[in-house]
Amino acid sequence: MRLIRSAIDRRRGEGSCTLLPSEPEDMWHIYNLVRPGDNLRADTIRKVAKESNAGGETDAGSRKQIQRAHITLTITVKSTDFDPASSKLRVSGQCSVENEYVELGQHHTIELETEKQFTLEKVDGWDSIALDTIREACKPERSAELWAIVMQDGLANICVVTPYQTLVKQKVEVSIPKKRIGGVDQHEKALGKFHGVVLSTMLRHLDLTLTPPPPLLIASPGHYAQGFFKYMQETAKTTSNKPLIAFLPSVVVTHSSTGQVSALNTALNSPAMKNKLRDAKYATESKLMDDFQTGLRLDNGKAWYGPEEVTLAVEKGGVGRGGGVLMVSNSLFRSNDIEERRRWVALVDRVRDVEGGEVRILSSLHESGKRLEGLGGVGAILTFPMPGLDEEIEEAKVAAKVGTETGGEGEGDVGLIIN
Amino acid sequence: MAALSVAEPTKKSKNLNVVEEYEKTNPKKSASFVVIGHVDHGKSTLMGRLLFDLKVVDQRTLDKLRKEADAIGKSSFALAWVMDETKEERARGVTVDFATNYFETDATKFTILDAPGHRDFIPNMIAGASQADFAVLVIDSSTNSFESGLKGQTKEHALLVRSMGVQQLIIAINKMDLAEWAEDRFTEIQQQMSAFLVAAGFQAQNITFVPLAGLTGENVVNPVPKDKAAWYTGPTLVSALDGARATTRAMEKPLRLSINDIFRGGVINPLSISGRIDQGTLQAGDAIVAQPAGETASIKRIEVASQEVDWAVAGQIVILHLTDIDPIHLRHGDIVCHLSSPITTITEFNAKVLAFEHLLPGFVDVHRGPLHVSGKIKGLVATLDKSSGEIAKKKPRIVQPGQVARVSVEMEKGMSLEEGMRIVLRSEGRTIGAGLLE
Repeated sequence: MRLIRSAIDRRRGEGSCTLLPSEPEDMWHIYNLVRPGDNLRADTIRKVAKESNAGGETDAGSRKQIQRAHITLTITVKSTDFDPASSKLRVSGQCSVENEYVELGQHHTIELETEKQFTLEKVDGWDSIALDTIREACKPERSAELWAIVMQDGLANICVVTPYQTLVKQKVEVSIPKKRIGGVDQHEKALGKFHGVVLSTMLRHLDLTLTPPPPLLIASPGHYAQGFFKYMQETAKTTSNKPLIAFLPSVVVTHSSTGQVSALNTALNSPAMKNKLRDAKYATESKLMDDFQTGLRLDNGKAWYGPEEVTLAVEKGGVGRGGGVLMVSNSLFRSNDIEERRRWVALVDRVRDVEGGEVRILSSLHESGKRLEGLGGVGAILTFPMPGLDEEIEEAKVAAKVGTETGGEGEGDVGLIIN
Repeated sequence: MAALSVAEPTKKSKNLNVVEEYEKTNPKKSASFVVIGHVDHGKSTLMGRLLFDLKVVDQRTLDKLRKEADAIGKSSFALAWVMDETKEERARGVTVDFATNYFETDATKFTILDAPGHRDFIPNMIAGASQADFAVLVIDSSTNSFESGLKGQTKEHALLVRSMGVQQLIIAINKMDLAEWAEDRFTEIQQQMSAFLVAAGFQAQNITFVPLAGLTGENVVNPVPKDKAAWYTGPTLVSALDGARATTRAMEKPLRLSINDIFRGGVINPLSISGRIDQGTLQAGDAIVAQPAGETASIKRIEVASQEVDWAVAGQIVILHLTDIDPIHLRHGDIVCHLSSPITTITEFNAKVLAFEHLLPGFVDVHRGPLHVSGKIKGLVATLDKSSGEIAKKKPRIVQPGQVARVSVEMEKGMSLEEGMRIVLRSEGRTIGAGLLE
């Protein structure tokens, strides 16, 4: 992404800037930047009804003609809709600067895409998270991408992993008959067909002619991945597919726990992959989440999750210098509630600038970010144990309102599980 | 014009009262068992031996397998190849998917479900175990193997089958020939396993220990010679199998059959499915609906243990030859029901689970029989008291292994599940919990 013009007052956070996204990943950053209430100015197309008198006097009035007008429009954002697969961001809002075709307050949707310049103004100011996002997005080097096929018998997920996103390009599902007494022909035949479908699907998505070729990771439980790689090698040879033969050395075959996308992190964390990955942002984030969950399992009072718990831990000075880590999913900064957004920005600023702890903002389009979202979107590793944080919060809540809890409807078949 | 039609007419149901028919025929006891245990402990070889000694597999077939196994330098695998038929399984010497086979003793008709032991294929083992009435746990008695199995799948498999409702267990202490039929080795394993299994919830009288040697065949069908093990007076494996109690069958409930396999049954049966009838009954000519797709079909023919029958009841593993449905509507793990009482499709549920490992909100794979789907634990509702089921703590931050908890789970897509079904939760290749849908 290129920053064409910046008129942001760093001190007060007011102003606007003009940005030009250049690659799909940038659209993800923009999705994180554009919030309801902001003013967005960009080129767009609008269908307008134009009155014409060409029809003569026979009609009761003038005849309306629909035209497509290319205009530059400024809207106040009401909602955004991001499609990761096509990397397009649709921004809906109301016109805030009147022009020839559109009146003030009329609704319009602008579609933002790569190579399309736009200007963004934040009425309630640019916070540190938004400024960081721009800085991060405008780094000059092209983001490294990794392709991955996570598979099991009859299921393959073809995905692309970039520093900020994991996108499933296509899911392949083929029903494979199981082995039966004295008959494995159907099984073997269906397995061959499955391999064929996965390979042809992969070739449709993956551009083999890129230099250097993007690394491809094939991961599965058992030996399904090896089986597929062998099929790929054989097909490359028998069809004399030169680009595919040249591509084979950049394939890594490794183990994953299942064929679901959520198992991708087990494959990315494997030692074989770590050497291969130059940009290991997702791997470090995945590792961080692993460490955090290990902390939770140990139950030593140093790992906490959930909005209230983490806020309290920060207030008590637990996320500071010497190992304190605050992890926030960036979905929290996309909240439509301005107060909510400010709350998280303030928490991040406090940990980073006042407490001196480390802040990690995880992408909610990555597996690690999704794991964090499952835990309420925020987690912290503390510098010293704080046992009983949850009880303190409970007590505060009970004090605030009288509990209306009944409980105890659980009986029945537990006995069968445990006795 | 109708006379010109070549299409086979849909078979008419005879409208039998299947439960009455079943009671009238006073059928021979039938039972299915799953063979479980750690990888390379000899499950498939033991089953190959059992089938060979019972003459289900003839000498000629075995000779052929021996020759093929010799050719790639794996002569000891010949018996296992009776069960492991795919190219991959034979090349790697590991069972991948469970194999089904049949044999009969004087008292009982048995169905073998030979499950894979490797930890990567536990989903297939769960699918196999969900069809079983009881389980045979195979343990390698040779030095270090038993111990490494304990760290591996021996315990996990036992806990899994227990949480899936299996109550009876036969422990086959295998490879006793390598342990030179030493009584103290047998007793040592017996004591260690008993302590663990009772703690896991099996009742001591439901566990039978049988020392045997699958490769050479002692004490499988034929008793071990007295000069080798004079100390052992218990049953052979086959008599222990015969001694297993029949389990009750829920025939009066609405039909539920989990589809385990979808295949082409032959030229006249272009679409066939197989699976176990979990509850209810069915007969040829019945109209059925496959959930969650909601597509209807009719049953043309029914096969049980390679024999064509008119009807089948809960507990039986059947092959149904279907008409009037496109195979794209069928998936592994779908549930076949009667039109009158279809199962619901849900995306979220609460379950009461026993935690095998720490439970946290996050990604899980939900397994129910042959069905597995990814989803996530949305919240930990409460931990429960083990004996009373009362709520011990609401909204725990984490559930410790061994605790019982109520969790709420959301699945990626709608699945056919209902109250009382047994589910297994797995994450990153490990079983983290198992329990009942509420």
